[in-house]
Amino acid sequence: MTLRPALPPIPRTAKQAAGRRILDAFRAAGAVEVAPDILLPADTLLDLYGEDIRARAYVTTDPVRGEVVLRPDFTVPVVQMHMAGGAEPARYCYLGEVFRKQDQGDTRPEHPRDNEYLQAGFELFSRDPDADAEVFAMFHAILAPLSLDATMGDMDLLLDAVAGLPLSDARRAALSHHIWRPARFERMLERFSRPVPPRSFAVNDAPWTGLRSSGAMQDRIRRLEADRAEPVLPPIWRERLHRLFGVAGPAPAALDELRVLADHIPAIAEAVARLSGRLDAIAGRGIDPATIRFDASHGRRTMEYYDGMTFSFTAPHRPDWPPVASGGRYDALTRVLGQGAAIPAVGGIIRPGLVAELC
Amino acid sequence: MLKLGVPSKGRLMEQTFDWFAHRGVRLARSGSDREYAGRVEGADGVQLVLLSAGEIPRELAAGRIDLGVTGSDLVREKLAGWRSDVVEVAPMGFGHADLVLAVPACWRDCEGLDDLATIARDFRQAHGFRLRIATKYHRLVRAFLSAHEVADYQLVDSQGATEGTVANLTAEAIADITSSGETLRANHLKILPDALIHASQATLFAARAAADRPEARAFLARLCV
Repeated sequence: MTLRPALPPIPRTAKQAAGRRILDAFRAAGAVEVAPDILLPADTLLDLYGEDIRARAYVTTDPVRGEVVLRPDFTVPVVQMHMAGGAEPARYCYLGEVFRKQDQGDTRPEHPRDNEYLQAGFELFSRDPDADAEVFAMFHAILAPLSLDATMGDMDLLLDAVAGLPLSDARRAALSHHIWRPARFERMLERFSRPVPPRSFAVNDAPWTGLRSSGAMQDRIRRLEADRAEPVLPPIWRERLHRLFGVAGPAPAALDELRVLADHIPAIAEAVARLSGRLDAIAGRGIDPATIRFDASHGRRTMEYYDGMTFSFTAPHRPDWPPVASGGRYDALTRVLGQGAAIPAVGGIIRPGLVAELC
Repeated sequence: MLKLGVPSKGRLMEQTFDWFAHRGVRLARSGSDREYAGRVEGADGVQLVLLSAGEIPRELAAGRIDLGVTGSDLVREKLAGWRSDVVEVAPMGFGHADLVLAVPACWRDCEGLDDLATIARDFRQAHGFRLRIATKYHRLVRAFLSAHEVADYQLVDSQGATEGTVANLTAEAIADITSSGETLRANHLKILPDALIHASQATLFAARAAADRPEARAFLARLCV
């Protein structure tokens, strides 16, 4: 391992001070400060986040409460808290540590990322169509002195495009489920673009074992056989999806490209109109849309609970850093945690530790 | 003085002794069969330390031994960022075992990872929780499934008798080490052909800090590795 002179670490107090300044800005926007527990019940959280976050979460056991986890993220506990009290419009902010293990694969990086770091966040539960622009513009204003690169994505576009494919419900559902896993998605799309070869499912004499029922297997075999009768997806659709997923550039240019694409993929027309409205609203708040990079696939690399706009702010000279700020829309998550109730929601976090390093 | 850590019992120890004997270095336990101390003949300045194979990765990483023989699976599982701590000197050609993913043999519709991914999604919808895979190799299994973009599963810890978890309804699939596949078959499980997670074998490792020391180089040259 090589030794190289490191800058003195930023004291924790400076990071906290940066966090409090961000929190003040969130409060000025009318947000109520909340403080979710640090030690959270593991089951709901890890079931939602999946094994990738589970791998990074500090899980421990409490003799009474069972499996508990050190808060790996604020959004889920804040949404849980809000939905438990009903689904009324509200705005919340918070400042606190999140904890994530950094398992780096075969070789450890020279400068490992922090295992615990502050997040200052804002969550807006609102039916106002202007909410996306409000949240984006607020983050933009708070971070303006740092000259960060702003990137925006939109999962709506991609999910609508998939929902509009001339495929069976089952095939479209499978594609949207795996939209965050590019190779699996691509393989599936390729399979749907060709006749499905028959499968034999050799009978064996193994006794039935395990919780999955033989009925569930018979159902799946029937579905697979029925799926063979599905018409092949014309290859032009794969090309169109590739073009859509590849749209990236300054937001106004990307929008022009999307408008052209919408002539060929009518299912995205509404989402393109919403994006156009959002960019206008953002311009109305004094931000030049040409300074925002739009990347249609941005949301495929973020948390799976985002299902609309996604955004991140990154430090241009620190390619090794995670985003300084990130967020997005997560309407479906409020339904999952809302036990019947739901409300549109959008939010994001800033990492005060990184802000303090840039100051 | 160079400290060489070797598995302290069983076939792995005997085969390790044979491997070194073949290269002109005689390792032997000193005193009785029950004493965990050893002798080295045919190389100067090398001290034999007999250890559990499972502890050798940690002892190498900590620098308490300079060379060690253990399974390549154990090093990868137990040392996060293992290449930063140890150097793989020589695969030794024995102690072969594969870390595989196995599902119930009665799942006629499961012939590979893509099937497993779909079954996991259906299972999660039907049961309200993620399909459980029992293993003690958490890091290796998770990295493999993440690289192959399998979602909708969860790992459950199993430190022993992992093949029994499916019949006991505490897991739907398992990931474990197998050499002949006998125990898997006895428990009505089948190996997924495209899910070989790691092909392990006994391997001579060096602690990264020790690998370049002259006495280590000299000893390894003596072994012709």
